[in-house]
Amino acid sequence: MKALIIDDEPLARSIIKEYLQHFPQIELAQECNDGFEGVKAIHQHQPDIIFLDIQMPKINGFEMLELIDNPPATIFTTAFDEYAIKAFESHAVDYLLKPFSKERFDKAIQKWLGQSATAILKNNTQSLLEAVAQSPAQSQRIVVKTGGKIKIIPVEEIHYLEASDDYVKIHTKEGHFLKNKTMSHFEQLLDANIFTRTHRSYMVNIQQITRMEPYEKESYMVVLKSGAQVPVSKTGYAKLKLVLGL
Amino acid sequence: MTTSSNKKFKLVFGSWWLAWALLHYAVLKNYGLNDMQAFADSFISNISLVGCSWLIFNNMRYYLPRQEKYWYVLAISFGLSSIWIIQTRILLWAFFRNDEVYMRLLTNSSTVRFGIAFLMLGCMATMCLLWFTQKEQKEMDERKMETENLAKEAELFKLRQQLQPHFLFNSLNSISALIGSQPEQARKMIYQLSDFLRGTLKKEEQQLVNLEEELEYLELYLDIEKVRFGHRLSTIINCEENCRQMKLPSLLLQPVVENAIKFGLYDTTDDITIRISATANNNYLEVVVENPFDPETSSPKKGTGFGLSSVQRRLYLLFARNDLLETKSDNNLFITKVKIPQLI
Repeated sequence: MKALIIDDEPLARSIIKEYLQHFPQIELAQECNDGFEGVKAIHQHQPDIIFLDIQMPKINGFEMLELIDNPPATIFTTAFDEYAIKAFESHAVDYLLKPFSKERFDKAIQKWLGQSATAILKNNTQSLLEAVAQSPAQSQRIVVKTGGKIKIIPVEEIHYLEASDDYVKIHTKEGHFLKNKTMSHFEQLLDANIFTRTHRSYMVNIQQITRMEPYEKESYMVVLKSGAQVPVSKTGYAKLKLVLGL
Repeated sequence: MTTSSNKKFKLVFGSWWLAWALLHYAVLKNYGLNDMQAFADSFISNISLVGCSWLIFNNMRYYLPRQEKYWYVLAISFGLSSIWIIQTRILLWAFFRNDEVYMRLLTNSSTVRFGIAFLMLGCMATMCLLWFTQKEQKEMDERKMETENLAKEAELFKLRQQLQPHFLFNSLNSISALIGSQPEQARKMIYQLSDFLRGTLKKEEQQLVNLEEELEYLELYLDIEKVRFGHRLSTIINCEENCRQMKLPSLLLQPVVENAIKFGLYDTTDDITIRISATANNNYLEVVVENPFDPETSSPKKGTGFGLSSVQRRLYLLFARNDLLETKSDNNLFITKVKIPQLI
């Protein structure tokens, strides 16, 4: 069985490495310094389990997992993160609070070994990701994968969002990026004072709006600074009026 | 004044004057005046007196004498009583100048009338003075209490900030890892962490310390971070010899350096250098902290958040100036400059 450690602190990695030596059946495939390395290493090694820190540079542990199509079983390690701990507890995913003892570590491994035959753990990870997507840090930026690269989009740089089948197209000045989420996910995530759902398939950053024009019967169109035109439905128009204070 | 107590006050005020007017009427009737004359006399005299009282009330409401307040009360009641006696006399003369008996009574009772008016207005002025002084005092106390509460809240928030659970638990985790491989290093880190925590607990907000002390303390903090992040963090501290003994509020620089670590170290993946330099400049101690940051992923403008605004606030409270903290970003470098006036 293969394991990965993803943590930005060398000493934090070394203690997991030390504890892992007592499980000869688990082979440590690689240690990763940050989420970017983590994504690459997961693709390369296809590990059975990862030990994942949450606070890491640029993209945190949750954001990293979101970028992986089929995330492996995960044991989270964190020093202090109220939000995450609440999420862990409600989703029964195992997590280790730093500093943790060897006994606590062994227990986590035993639990995983006992469970790994079933798919429970994976489902839990999925629902956990849904839950933590609304944590404060995640509402400041959106992490997407484009080609082989990882792109971090600060939310204020989003012009508008457009629903597109199972994806949402995130339009920015650098073009658009796809994220495997629903519109309602973004509606919950983003600040309602800045992003307004103007249409079933569109959400717009009101700071980008330059003008609004009538379009067909009972509907409107907003024109953004970039020149893009975004449809506004009747209900969307009412919402927009409210947010803009018209 | 709240509206309900205002209403009550008006009611009492009105009844009092009504009673007084009736008494006035009754006394004049006893002297043998007819209904019409007694009523007119009472009505005109007392309405004018109410007007004078109202004048005093409004005067005190907007202008409360600070010095010589008792002379002020005396003067205002004397002056208004004089005006009042002349005014009522003119009015009553206009109505009843043909009635000789009445006019004689009016002239004869002038002294008594003046005395009563003087007494009434004197009472009114004294009451207003006390009432408004007490009200002002109450408002001042409330303001003071509010300020104290705010200060306390800020203090508490600061304590929460300083304890930084995240930093503490991660440091403990590093110690736990070191115990196995490098026990000596682990021991050293325990001492550093203890000294650091003791520092955050004992310092008082108002206390001024030498730059030398403050820098030692910062180094302690940076050394702990160096153990946690290994070779990734290096620091350069430049301090001119003549700055070492200069004074600054204790722990003022701590949030600045923390901010530098947050954006420079926690949110980057490369090796980084944090530079702290202190210079003396015309009675000012200038400390500049430079850290790299990634403009693509973090916006220090927004994220400076509480850390730097608390520094700004403290500088304002201590020196009543808002221009002592400057930040700028230059390419990938975020520069924070703090100026501390040296009070001689």
